[in-house]
This record gives sequence, C-alpha cells and structure tokens, in this order.
Amino acid sequence: MNWNDMIYILPEVILTIGASAMLLVPVTGGRGAKLSAKWMMIILLAITAGALIYCSHAVENIDQSRQLQAMFALDGFSIFFKLLFIGAIAMLVMLSEDFLAEGKYSPWEYYSLLGFALCGMMFMASGVHLITIYIGLELLSLSSYILAGFYKSELKSTEAAMKYFILGAVSSAILLYGISLIYGVCGSLNLLDIAAAMSTIVTNDALMFGIMLLGAGLCFKIAAVPFHVWTPDVYEGAPTPIAAFLSTGSKAAAFAIFARIFYTGLHDFHLEWNYVLATISALSMIIGNLAAITQDNVKRMLGYSSIAHAGYVLLGVISLNALGLRGILMYSVVYVFANLGIWATVLMLRRHQYAGERVDDFEGLSRRSPLWAFAMVIFLLSLGGIPPTAGFIGKYFLFAAAVQAGFGWLAVIAVLMSAVSMFYYLRLVVAMYLREGVEAEFAITTPLRIVAGICLVVTLALGIVPSSLIDQAVLSSSHVAAHAALTPHAGR
Amino acid sequence: MGILNIVTYIPLIGAVLILLFLPKENGKAIRYTATFVAVADFIASLYLWFNFNPKGTGDGMWQFRFIHSWIPSLNVKYDFGIDGISLLLILLTTFMGIIAVVSSFAAIDHRQKEYYILLLLLQTGMIGTFCALDFFLFYVFWEIMLVPMYFIIGIWGGPRKLYAAIKFFLYTLSGSVVMLLSILALYFFNSDGIPFLNIKGLGNAATFSVLQYHKIGHLIPPTLQFWIFLGFFLGFAIKVPMFPFHTWLPDAHVEAPTAGSIILAAVLLKMGTYGFVRFALPILPDGTKQWLPWVVALSIIGIIYGALVSLVQKDMKKLVAYSSVSHLGFVMLGMFALNPMGLKGSVIQMINHGISTGALFLLVGIIYERRHTRMIAEYGGLAKVMPVYATLFLIAALSSMGLPALNGFVGEFTILLGAANRSIVWASFASIGIVLGAAYLLWLYQRVFWGPLDNPANKNLLDVNKRELGLLLSLVVLMVWIGIKPGVFFDIIEEPVNYVVRKVDPTYFAKQQLAYPPAAPVAVTAVETSR
Repeated sequence: MNWNDMIYILPEVILTIGASAMLLVPVTGGRGAKLSAKWMMIILLAITAGALIYCSHAVENIDQSRQLQAMFALDGFSIFFKLLFIGAIAMLVMLSEDFLAEGKYSPWEYYSLLGFALCGMMFMASGVHLITIYIGLELLSLSSYILAGFYKSELKSTEAAMKYFILGAVSSAILLYGISLIYGVCGSLNLLDIAAAMSTIVTNDALMFGIMLLGAGLCFKIAAVPFHVWTPDVYEGAPTPIAAFLSTGSKAAAFAIFARIFYTGLHDFHLEWNYVLATISALSMIIGNLAAITQDNVKRMLGYSSIAHAGYVLLGVISLNALGLRGILMYSVVYVFANLGIWATVLMLRRHQYAGERVDDFEGLSRRSPLWAFAMVIFLLSLGGIPPTAGFIGKYFLFAAAVQAGFGWLAVIAVLMSAVSMFYYLRLVVAMYLREGVEAEFAITTPLRIVAGICLVVTLALGIVPSSLIDQAVLSSSHVAAHAALTPHAGR
Repeated sequence: MGILNIVTYIPLIGAVLILLFLPKENGKAIRYTATFVAVADFIASLYLWFNFNPKGTGDGMWQFRFIHSWIPSLNVKYDFGIDGISLLLILLTTFMGIIAVVSSFAAIDHRQKEYYILLLLLQTGMIGTFCALDFFLFYVFWEIMLVPMYFIIGIWGGPRKLYAAIKFFLYTLSGSVVMLLSILALYFFNSDGIPFLNIKGLGNAATFSVLQYHKIGHLIPPTLQFWIFLGFFLGFAIKVPMFPFHTWLPDAHVEAPTAGSIILAAVLLKMGTYGFVRFALPILPDGTKQWLPWVVALSIIGIIYGALVSLVQKDMKKLVAYSSVSHLGFVMLGMFALNPMGLKGSVIQMINHGISTGALFLLVGIIYERRHTRMIAEYGGLAKVMPVYATLFLIAALSSMGLPALNGFVGEFTILLGAANRSIVWASFASIGIVLGAAYLLWLYQRVFWGPLDNPANKNLLDVNKRELGLLLSLVVLMVWIGIKPGVFFDIIEEPVNYVVRKVDPTYFAKQQLAYPPAAPVAVTAVETSR
C-alpha cells in the first residue's frame, strides 16, 4: 500500500470523517446543535462529489500494478455509479426534511447514518475484490437496518427493521460463505484473479456451490424472487424517506456489484449461471408485477414494483454483452430518478406519519396540483417504459441485450410484464385524474418541489434526448466490458 | 424546417399555448383556439396535397423527407417522409381533427382545457406515426398516442369509462411491446446477428431506417420471418382490431366521448392496417405468405362476425363499433390479396371507413346529446321531427354499406375485385358481409327513423344546428367526392401500392405480363427488333 494511492479513496475518506463528525455534533451540545444538519450534510456531499471529480481526472494516471488496484478500482464504472449515489443521497436529504422536522428524532444521527450508507455504496461501486465489496455492502446494510427502524416508537417501523436485519444478516452470511468457497477454489478474492483462475477450470462442484451462494446473497440485496419477501414489509414499515432510499440508492448499489462481479469475475462460467439467473429474473418480473396489482398501499406497491425492476436489471446481467452492461448503468439512473420522483410525490401527500400511502390518498390530486400530478404521470410512465420518457430508453437497452443474447423468451416475458405493470401504475393515474373523490390533502414544501422538479426534468430530458446518457454509459462501462472480453456492439 | 414537422407539431404547439396562456374558466377561448389550431393544421396538410408528386418512384416516392440525427450512438434518425398512403392518412387525420374538436363544443362541459390539450397532443402523435420512417421514432409516436386517448376515454367517458380506458391501454400496449421485440430482431439481423440462435447478421451498420429494411427484407430467413411477422401481427392486429383481438374496441367506443370515438374509428384503427402495409408486408414477404391463410381466415371471420354481432345490438354506438370490426376485416382481406387491386381498395377503404364511420359516430353523438340514450328501442319515427338529421344519417349509412356513387362502394368493390382475383371463395365470404352490412344498417335506420313517433320524449327533439350541419355536410361532400371521382385518390396510391406488391411478391408483375401480355406494344417491339 502506497500513500500516494490514498488519493483515490479521498472521497470516501472525506465522507467517513464528515459523517463521523456529524455524529459527534449533538454530543458536544451548545453551539453545534444550532447548526443546520441538513446544510452540513449537503456541504459534505458537495465536497465528496468535488473530491470524486478531482480524482476522476487523475484516473488516467493510475498505475494498474499498484496494490490498491487489487482491492479498489477508480474507473469509469465506479465514478458513474458514485455520482449517481451522491445525487440520490442529496435528493434524499431534501426528502427527509419534513420527516425530521417532526422533531422526535435527531437529524445528526440520521444524516450521519445516510453518510455511512453512502460510503458503503461507494465502496461497493469501486470494489474489485470480494472483501471490499462485502465490507461496503455490510456498511450499507448496517446503516440501512438502523434507518429502517428510525421510528423508534412505531411498532411497524421496528418490525420492519427487525425483519430486514434478521433476513439481511442471514443473507450476508450466505454471501460470505459463497465468497469463502470461491476463495478456496480460486485462491484469490480479486475479481480479475478469480476470472483468470476460472478460465482454467472446466467444472468444480465447490466453485459452483460458491457461485450459487454468492448469487443468492446478491439476489437478496436486489430483492429478486425468491429472496424478495422482506421488501414490501420493510418498505411499508420504514419511514417514507428511508423506503425511498432502500428502493433507489441502495438498490442501484446492489445492481452495481451485481454487474461488476458477474461481468468481471464470473463471466467464464456464464453458461452455468445464466439459466439460473434467467429463471430468477423471469420469476421476479412475473411475481413482482402480479403481486403489485393487488396492493392498496402505495409503499407496498412500489416494493413489489421494485422486485419487478430487479428482474429487468437482471436481464442486463444474464445477457452478458456490451448492450446489457450499458443497460444496467442506464436503467439504474432512469430508475433512481423516476422512483425518487414518485417518493417525493408520496411525501407531498403526507399528512401524518403514514399518510400518502393508500392509493385513495391520491384522489383528486390533478385538481389541487396539476403540475405534480402531471409529474407523477411521467414518473409512472417512465417506470412502465412508455416513450418519450427515460424509462423507455433504459428498458430498450435491457430488452435489446436480451434479444441479442438469444434470450428471446425472457424478453417476451419482460415486455409482457412491463405491459402488466402499467395496470397498477395506472391505478394511481386513475386516482389522480379519473376519480372525482375527495380532494387530496397535501403539503408541498420547497425541498419536495425541488426534488420532484429535478426528477421530472431528468426523466423527460433523458427520454427525448438520451444521447448524452448513452454516450456516458458507453464510456463508463468500457473498462468493465473489456474485462469480460466483450466485443463492443456494432451499433456505433 | 420541413413541412412535415410543421404539420406534425402545429397541434403540439397549440396544446402548449392553450396550457400556458388560457385560463381554464374561459371555455370559449379554449374551444376556439383549439379549432383554430386544428384548422391551421389542416391547411398545412393541404400544402402536402398540392405539392405531392404522385409519379415519384424509387426513393422519389418518399417525399418531403426530413432527416436529422437523433441518438447517434444507436444510429436512431429523426426521419420523416411520406408516400401516397401516408399522405391520404395524414389528410384524413387533420380533417377528422377539425371534426373532433368542433363536435366536442357542446358535449364536453367540464375540464375543457385538459380535454382540448389532450385532443391536440393525440393529433401530433397520430401524424408523427404516419410520417416516421425510422422504427425507433415510429415506436415512440405509436406509444405517445396511447396516453392522451387513455385520458380522453377515462375522464370524459361514460359510466364504465375506467374499465374501458384501462382495457384499451393494456391491450394496445401488450401488442406494441411485442412489436418492439420484432423491431429488435430486425435490428440485430441487419447488423451483427444473434449469435446464440446461430442467426448470422448481415453485418450492415446498425440502423432503424424502415427503408433499409424494405431493401433487406427478402434476405431474412423464413423461420425468422415467421416470428418477426408474429410480433408485428400482434402489435397491429390488436390495433386494427382483428377478430379475436377486438374485444377492447366495443368497450372503448361505447364509453369514449363522441370525439374520442370519431378519432378512434377514423384514425387510430388505421394505425394497425397502416402498420401492415408499411412494415409487415414489404419487409417480411415470406412471413406474410406463411401467415396469409391465418390472417385471411381471421379477416373473413371478422367480417361476418362483426356484421352478425352488429345485427343484434341494442345500443347504436355499439352497433357502429362492431361494424368497424367488419369493415376493417374488409381492409385486411383486400390487403392480403397481395395484388395491386386489393391493396388499392384496402387503402381507399381505410379512408372511407374513417369518413363514414366517423360520420356515424358523430350522428350517434348528436342524438345522444339531445336524449342521453343510445338505445335503439327508445327511438322511432325520428324522421318526422328531425328530417335533416334523418337524411344525413341515411347518406352516412348508405356510404358505410357501400352504395354506388358513394365512397364505400369504391373501396368495397375494389377489395372484392382484388380478393376474387386471388380466390373466389374469399370474395364470396366477403360479399356475405356486404349483404349483412346492408341489413344491420338499414334495420337500424328503419327502427330509429321510421315507424310511429310513439316515445313522448322524442316529440320535441331539435334538428341539427348549424355547427353540426356544417360538420356533417363536409363529410358528405367527401363521401360523394370519393364516390364519384375516386381516380385522383387511386393515382396517389398507385405507386406506393405497386411498390408494396413488388416487395411482397417480386414476381407478381412478371407473372401478370406472362398471363395477360399487353397485345399491341409487344407486337410493335417485335416488328422493330425484327428489322
């Protein structure tokens, strides 16, 4: 380890120090407590983002032989995801303001936990070593468990946190066991070394078992069927901003490690795992979408829909081609913005802790607030993959990747299920526009307005002029694609 | 700039202006602005009509081309261009756009601002779909149409509007996403292939250009064509709608407000038939031939089934809706005769159906506004109180059933000629549909307009007012025009139709030449060469 290498983890270092400091502020009492936690957090995020951009300019000069490279990669792929995470967390900070304004909970603790979670996510995005990935994942998970139970006095929230913790701990153990088996066979935890070792192995039961356990652990993190049962309960019980966090930032981080591990490490065993993952993907899309139809609770509905979206993203992993990798990157962006927009709108309807949750709460929103009702329609269309929203572009890449990889049947399931998904997304539209029921009560605050506005602009802009995002995804994925020895798609 | 862009985006710009500058209380201003926009769009589309060159062949057939790069990394182009078929459909769209806006004046009394905005947005989507010569662009416009129509049915519809709106949305969406997969399969076949399925690509630069696929269509292996055609078929057949995918149509029509029904019948259904003639047939000649028996069988079933179901309807609007299933069956049958005669009839019938059925829906809407019921049993003897209305209804009904000298006859007769040319059995089945068509329309007319005026609620009905009369007369003028002078329309679609026939059956014209050698010119050339 060379100290000069430390520059590459500068953003994470800054974030850790900042988050730790924020935890200490209330303890010092007096003057510190009067500072605005929210603004401190925003400043911290801005500095982190600045450091990240500074580091990214140095990427070309990274000496690939250095030790740090075996653990932690600062490449286009990780920078792409890290910027997305920082953006998502910044928007979550805005979303959390009202929830914290109730005053029962310490904002310092809350924001510092978000900071640690972000730190974990950033390590996940950069991890090229299973231990780095695992540590990042644990940092994220532990912070998330606490955040899910942040309504300390609420039974539902505590239940959600317990459920999430127990199942999450088991899945982490499974993941770790898988990692240890892979280490036993391959003799290394670096993904490139694993790939090199695997290329010489024809078949090995221990390795297969290891991959299976690793995959199961990862599927729990992205909430793919059959490891999905925690999702709706946790989303329902957790404070709404935290449900938003779990379904966007945290999920995108899990997509990132999924892509990295399978594209960089396990691509040689593609034929062994792709059908298993294809089945999981198909089940996620089918069960997630069908179960969402019957939900009356918006948070649960979004929980099931996020299961289905995990299924779509798995298409990108299964197809193992350049299009699929780009699809994962783009879909993460598209999904995060559309989902955050929806959560912002849900929060607008919040009258007390758990309101804005039932589909009925949306009734008449189009009268009271035409703009945000329209924004909600755009977000829902984006999740459903209807042009000209960003969701269509994201889905286009994933579906195209599946067709190119010869998974036609899976693509058929995917497109039909995305048609089915419109059925329950439209239920919200029906409530907002088509029902003449009671007028929705809502409280639109400036932060919510800013978040929903950003999401609306991004969702529409990426749908109408998607070139910049596509080019960025091509650029950012090239390094990882090169490891998987993918020939770039001829479509350029 | 491109005249096609102007025609496409005038409604969108109008919608944005209404959104930004007109307060929602000022219904009058909104109505008149929307009318102004629709009329402006129609005038812009007339520019296309007067500047269109029907003699253009080859690449010259695609006129008013506007190409601009859109998503360079996927090589998606913003590619607009029209041939004679698109031209007629665009004119139909802009014309029916005016009818739809003006016919809503009295019927839509709440949330007017949103209504006219959606109507105009819908028009942009429809025109864009007819103009697009790039699959990606086409798909985007195709999906854009769904959303405004969903709202129009869902907000301003009848008692079961929610059910009808969602059914409409999901049916069409399911078909179109499958179509997307077919587009993707074409895309990969043209470029680097699908290695896992052992399908070698042509290695061309990846593109979504429809014209490129017209060129390479015959190179696609038959098995792949089979599946790609199936995807297109599901997308388009649901939209047409062909039996057995038609069940969304009666619900959507019955629940939609009058203008929604007019647009739905006149233009949206044509999207499906247009899709077949523009994409499925020319790109997939083998697929077309493999699926031909099924498509024809479903068309014939649709013709007869639609007519039989119309016969027993108690609700006027539902009757007209089912008659659409029957008429669109004719369109499909003519198209799949795969000869110039059948295809020409099919295209003309698309226009005719738009005008006649649009007029019928408008007429049903007019009586519904007065009596708030569409049940046939509620009426009788209306000819006594509403003579003008009765006359116009008769003309529309006669046009729909194909009376000579009106437009319907031209289309149906040409389709029958084309179908008979292919198989006399097809034509015989189709003519049963014509007989049934006359039956249900005349019986409807008899029950509503003749007989004693025994329902007291009907005694004081007002005849059509000036606005309604104007709309109906303009439609009647079109019916008569196409009925008496169809030549000008046939000239416009002559070249595109021959183009499609050459693509789907490359040997067709050569075979015709052999079977019916043109006598005199051959003799002359023979003499000339012998010298």
